[in-house]
Amino acid sequence: MTVAGGGWETVIGLETHVQLRTASKMFCGCSAAFGAPPNTNVCPVCLGLPGALPVPNEQALKLAVRAALALGCTLHPKSVFARKNYFYPDLPKGYQISQFEQPLATQGALSYVSPERGLTTATIVRLHVEEDAGKSLHDRFPKETAIDLNRCGVPLIEIVTGPDFRSPPEARRYLQTLKQVLEYAGISDCDMEKGSLRVDANVSVRRAGATALGTKTEVKNINSFAYVEKALTVERDRQIALLEGGGVVEQQTLLYDSKTNGVRPQRSKEQSHDYRYFPDPDLPPLALTEEFIAQQQAQLPELPATKRERFMTQYALSVNDADVLTGDRAVADYYEAVVHAGADAKLAANWVINEVLADAKTHDEQLRVPPGALAQLIGLVRGGTLSQQAAKRVFAEVAERGGEPRNVAEALGVVQVGDSGVVAGWVTEVLGAHPQEVVRYKQGETKLMPFFVGQVMKVSRGKADPKLAQRILEEKLAA
Amino acid sequence: MSDPGEALASAKAAADRIVRAKRLNACLTPPKELRQSLTKQAQAAHPSGVLYGMPVAVKDNICTLEFTTTCGSRILEGYRSPYEATAVAKLKAAGALIAGKTNCDEFGMGSSTEHSTYGRTLHPFDKTRVPGGSSGGSAALVAAGAVPAGLGSETGGSVRQPASFCGIVGIKPTYGRVSRSGLVAFGSSLDQIGVFGRSVHDAARVLSVISGRDPRDSTCEARDSLRLPTVPESLQGFVIGIPKEYFPPDLAPAVRRACDRAIRLLKELGAAVREVSLPHTQYAVPTYYIIAPAEASSNLARYDGARYGPRFDGARDVRALYRTTRGEGFGPEVRRRILVGTYVLSSGYYDAYYRRAQQMRALIAQDFRNVFDRGVDLLFTPTTPTPAFKAGEKLADPVAMYLSDIFVVTANLAGLPAMSLPIGRVKGLPIGGQLIGQAFLEDEMIEAAYALERVVPAAQDA
Ligand SMILES: [Zn+2]
Repeated sequence: MTVAGGGWETVIGLETHVQLRTASKMFCGCSAAFGAPPNTNVCPVCLGLPGALPVPNEQALKLAVRAALALGCTLHPKSVFARKNYFYPDLPKGYQISQFEQPLATQGALSYVSPERGLTTATIVRLHVEEDAGKSLHDRFPKETAIDLNRCGVPLIEIVTGPDFRSPPEARRYLQTLKQVLEYAGISDCDMEKGSLRVDANVSVRRAGATALGTKTEVKNINSFAYVEKALTVERDRQIALLEGGGVVEQQTLLYDSKTNGVRPQRSKEQSHDYRYFPDPDLPPLALTEEFIAQQQAQLPELPATKRERFMTQYALSVNDADVLTGDRAVADYYEAVVHAGADAKLAANWVINEVLADAKTHDEQLRVPPGALAQLIGLVRGGTLSQQAAKRVFAEVAERGGEPRNVAEALGVVQVGDSGVVAGWVTEVLGAHPQEVVRYKQGETKLMPFFVGQVMKVSRGKADPKLAQRILEEKLAA
Repeated sequence: MSDPGEALASAKAAADRIVRAKRLNACLTPPKELRQSLTKQAQAAHPSGVLYGMPVAVKDNICTLEFTTTCGSRILEGYRSPYEATAVAKLKAAGALIAGKTNCDEFGMGSSTEHSTYGRTLHPFDKTRVPGGSSGGSAALVAAGAVPAGLGSETGGSVRQPASFCGIVGIKPTYGRVSRSGLVAFGSSLDQIGVFGRSVHDAARVLSVISGRDPRDSTCEARDSLRLPTVPESLQGFVIGIPKEYFPPDLAPAVRRACDRAIRLLKELGAAVREVSLPHTQYAVPTYYIIAPAEASSNLARYDGARYGPRFDGARDVRALYRTTRGEGFGPEVRRRILVGTYVLSSGYYDAYYRRAQQMRALIAQDFRNVFDRGVDLLFTPTTPTPAFKAGEKLADPVAMYLSDIFVVTANLAGLPAMSLPIGRVKGLPIGGQLIGQAFLEDEMIEAAYALERVVPAAQDA
């Protein structure tokens, strides 16, 4: 455990806001897309104009239910939308539609691999549906605050954990696992930079061995995965230093500043108020039928942990290979497509991990060689038509310009030549050019064989079948 | 009407009548703008619509494209909605003409149309009295004969009470019968658009047009529009309940006499009349005055001067902007209710007030179900305890004002359809009788109203 002062235990709980992957907003038909010019994705409903009423987005409800199922939550047959009342310029109605007393789901769990404790389970206390607020832009105009309401009304789920994490790296690992699950199930893009995943953390420290929780603070404004650990560490250390200096932790909301890597208290007028929650009379209670829940369950894909297990047994892969291949759903699907197209499972794993992912890294995460083409390429190597070296050239060519690997190999002139007459000709040429090495070999220096094979490959410009070349070399050198 | 020229003539005549009724301060739309718009609307109206050429005045808390929508409030002065209420769109699709916007208590909060920033509306028969409220402008225009029908809205009797005071018909449909989309919210769980007519038929046919499903309102039931009943020969087979709690000892004697006469007529029409009890009635007004302000405090939070409506000077930061805009933009009654509503929703008070009020609301609704489950089809009561009161009489005493709605708030709390129709007069002032029906059975209620309307001497003193 990484403990600054020694003898302290850190306790962290996370509240994660996740934007659901829908075309339109939670309660109106406006586009939920990121990046439109300010105040262009708006209508009377999300602007909160007099008389406009919310109508729930069915797709958002489906995704929220899937999220609850993916996190093993108990879904409530009846949940209630509630108004959270507060005044803020980017909140046009003066309240946010959320859920309070009766959330969509409670009592879930997510298993993740803690860097310190190994396989661990975080409890999901509740999962509820809500709408996002707009955005106040303080730097757009001098001395003026501008408001962009494009984001206002975008559908979110809030996922609240128990005070389950014992270190900043653990909290980060949970978040990564959560992101993986939600991306897998197509629930969210989980892009912190675009604000589609946001996290607030409750942090407290206590003496190791203590059972009562210390006074917690809430850390907000952590807007990148890279900052999660930093922000939590800064606050953890601040609390420990405070307590060790004889001070007390004040319950408050803190904003993380990534530029200074520090936290500062939220200005008092931004502090939480009495939200006066009450059921939203504009929205009937949300009733979930068993049939609807079953339909959403059926829509859930195999989740990462299950898929990893299956890859290990079905394809006889190592835990590491299976982990890499299942880390991203697109990669896992790609790998399986390559295998289904006839490639050997183990070879396919090597190719995907070493070539495909390396290529993707430098090409905007695109898996550029179609699975069928990769399977064909693997087959060409296995059948002796292409050397491993030549195959990599073909791969790069197909990735860049497309085409059938077989045709590309021929066009590149790298198809292995298996005609012993032709290969024998290259062997004769090589032996003639290196009389001294021939003598040394014949005197017992057999380790020179790879040198001769290499030379044959060189004069054949990679086309010679190396096994055939070696056989002919051995014959001629024995003579 | 089906001759394309007739809508134009109707539009012009309506504009003339509305302008002539100017002294009532019932219509907020300036005469010139009204005339121009009515002419334009008449030219565009579809001659095949069932309300072709019918001028309908619309309460100013219902969004229209043609005119501003101010809710009688300074905070929405000059506000023009970029969309129109579903009810208004349905009226226009049926060929009706939107005949201006009518005065009301600010955001519907009041029972006299005195709480309007644009001045009080006068009772059409006695300028010293109030027309009722909050939909007093529409009621006064219909009663004055300027328009055959009007739209109002109810949160706690704001159509039936002015209908009763003005001697016309006012219908509040079942909650969820008419879309609330475009009706500026006051108490969302209680609000419904209602209709005024000089006759049951005029009111009912307007209601029929505006009713029905709307994908823009999740609380609007997915039902077809209301089908109009025919005028019955008798009320044979109807069981009409008379809830004793609606006839307290201090009921104005003339109101009691008019009701007794109407009950006798209902019996003569063949209805079986039974006394029934709605035991939680006494809690209706306090329950209403917790729930409606609670919802209002949240619904009116959006008027902050940040995005639309006037901004008042002197705001140095956003908090100051809210304070000055809301402090100056809302009138005293609205501010009072926002304060009450904020208080009852506050943590520490929520359980004692809001939650208990919701429990009481459920008991009030159960009272009605109990009676209807025992074979009663409809209830008959007085609409108001007294005829129209004097202007200013109840301004200093909000509770006395609230109690003028004692017989009407129950239908809003229970979500039931209810209507008022004139059943007599006292010293020239109209008296209204109320029918309360079962949820989504407006047709039965209207049928009974048709029958009673034909026989009741509404213009005679009781
Ligand atoms: Zn919108």
